[in-house]
Amino acid sequence: MASNKKRRASYVAALAAASALLLSACGGETTADSGAGEATAAAGEFPTTGSGVVNLYNWTDYIDPEELKRFTAETGIEVILDTYDSNETLLAKLQSGATGYDVIVPSDYMVQQMIELNLLQNVGVASFPNGKNIKPDLVDVYWDPGRNYTAPWNYGTTGIACNFAAEPECANIKSWKDYFTAGLPKMDSLKDQVEVVSAALRATGVGKDDLCTTDKAKYLAAEELLAGFKPAVIESDGGIERVTAGTSNVRHAWNGSTHRMTVENPDVQYIYPSEGVNLWADNLAIPVGAPNLDNAKIFINWMMDPEAAGRQSNFSGYDNGITGSDAFMDEALKTDPAVVVPADKQALISPLPNCGEEARELYTQVFTTWTTSQ
Amino acid sequence: MTAVTTTPKKQAQRGRPGQSSPKLAYLPIIFLAFAIGVPLLIIVVYSFLEKPSQGTGVKWVFTLENYKALFIQEKLDGTTALDTRYIKVLWTSFYYSLLTTVVTLVLSIPVAMWIATRDARKRNLLVALVTLPFWISILIRTYGMRQIVADEGPIGKFLGIFNIEWSILYSPPATILGLIYVFLPFMILPIYASAERFDFRLAEAAYDLGAKRMTVVRRIILPSIRPGVISGIALVFIPALGSFLQSDMLGGGKTNMVANVIANNFGQARNWPFGSALAVLLIVLTLLFVLIMQGAAQRRGDKVELV
Repeated sequence: MASNKKRRASYVAALAAASALLLSACGGETTADSGAGEATAAAGEFPTTGSGVVNLYNWTDYIDPEELKRFTAETGIEVILDTYDSNETLLAKLQSGATGYDVIVPSDYMVQQMIELNLLQNVGVASFPNGKNIKPDLVDVYWDPGRNYTAPWNYGTTGIACNFAAEPECANIKSWKDYFTAGLPKMDSLKDQVEVVSAALRATGVGKDDLCTTDKAKYLAAEELLAGFKPAVIESDGGIERVTAGTSNVRHAWNGSTHRMTVENPDVQYIYPSEGVNLWADNLAIPVGAPNLDNAKIFINWMMDPEAAGRQSNFSGYDNGITGSDAFMDEALKTDPAVVVPADKQALISPLPNCGEEARELYTQVFTTWTTSQ
Repeated sequence: MTAVTTTPKKQAQRGRPGQSSPKLAYLPIIFLAFAIGVPLLIIVVYSFLEKPSQGTGVKWVFTLENYKALFIQEKLDGTTALDTRYIKVLWTSFYYSLLTTVVTLVLSIPVAMWIATRDARKRNLLVALVTLPFWISILIRTYGMRQIVADEGPIGKFLGIFNIEWSILYSPPATILGLIYVFLPFMILPIYASAERFDFRLAEAAYDLGAKRMTVVRRIILPSIRPGVISGIALVFIPALGSFLQSDMLGGGKTNMVANVIANNFGQARNWPFGSALAVLLIVLTLLFVLIMQGAAQRRGDKVELV
């Protein structure tokens, strides 16, 4: 599941001074106090150190273990890490009433759903001391306008990785349509119904604002396009290994994975398809009932430090939502057009669609028909 | 003499030797009821419920739609038609499992017989070797299998010397190979257990009485190891039907087995009720298979007793 972790980024948020009110309403407060004694001492003053533990529930292999040790050394709070492999796993776990997690890392669309389901705490992230570091264009995001619940973490795009030396046709792949109709050997697909179906919708002329359409005719066109698309592999894991080993030359891929392929083999380059690409963004958030609320806030604030955010990007291969972090990012990462979106590609980027039930069912239908007809 | 006759009497009062109180069985029975019965019940109940408009789980509204959706599809062009997608996936699972069962059976009988005819010390060592794969997580073994059958793996490199092209990873043959590899010990062990009890002097006697080699195998050996073969088939075929990992990791995500579709419904598709309905269908089909197997075994058993 190594690559799953990098699959989504999350934006966190939460700040508000007004959170004091909410906190007392949440009932987790008493235990939180025991976790960080001096933390609550002075009202209005944000604690930087504490004691006890913070329970982090994160994507697999998404944070450097060294980073957790550093956090413990600087704050005195021990991190207990547990991992999951998809937003759905996380949601199912929280909905089944699991408590005991202090910080979670949901992606954009999942944040919106969790807020609607009252699973996240409004802690006013934007008003944390490091809240000022949130990149301006990541403050008013659709899933958490004003960043009350979540802090931004890593984010990335989903495009196409192509080995230009091994597959000369790469030069002719400029769009999703080219990708789906190329008919080349050694092509890979992600196993992700939102990514695959939304790309097929884009390829058949659906605009970025219409990706959650409920017009069946549009899904039919996508289904017909996919009927002719027979990749060698449909899998989300192991893409980096396959492309660098030459088993696959053209792959629907996350930009961070592509960056790691390029580092191994400079012939592999990232393509921004002309119909547009999905932007996903992971976030740090605090679930309702978190036993160590203060420690969770300290952790999130600490992660919004430019240097910590830069180190996190160096580990994961994805850009992050913290201003000034690029000063601490590796040169190879900063200069890779796959990671840092070039100015002329900015217009192609739009958030991963968060569709309603009806559209989601149509996505499932198209994806099931495709995967069962291979 | 009197002492000898009184001892069994005393024992009879305390229960026969080797017999213990049925109360000892209560705890395992309660455990099994919870570990198997309750999840099964949940799956059955969920399969008759609606899915919530958001999030995971179920909405407590009774519906038969999930079962209808297994066979009838409202297509995107607005027409309603027989949905062959899930039937096809079930057929694929059934076919792969059958193939796995047949191949492991053919491979296991000679191996089990060979082990059973070694001396006691060697036998223990060989049985330990057969169980050796269980020491390693199935996930790691499947990853290992992926390295071995990869185009650039040892097999591919070896065949490359003779210019033979090798490319089976991420295709059905790789899935089936993975299944055979994982389930082989489950076939060997029960057959060996039967073969070990077989009195090989019977085979010798048959030879002495003039039976040909194949006749001995067919008339003497195979009937004696039949219980092991039947257990082996059940232990391989049924779990293979619900396999998930091999098609996911070795089949390149394309050779869908029914468990992969069920997993997708509990995961990305977030349709637990439909996933439950599919799971119930799989359970019913498996049960049907077990009943058929049992029926066949019993008929055979009757015949043997009549003779």
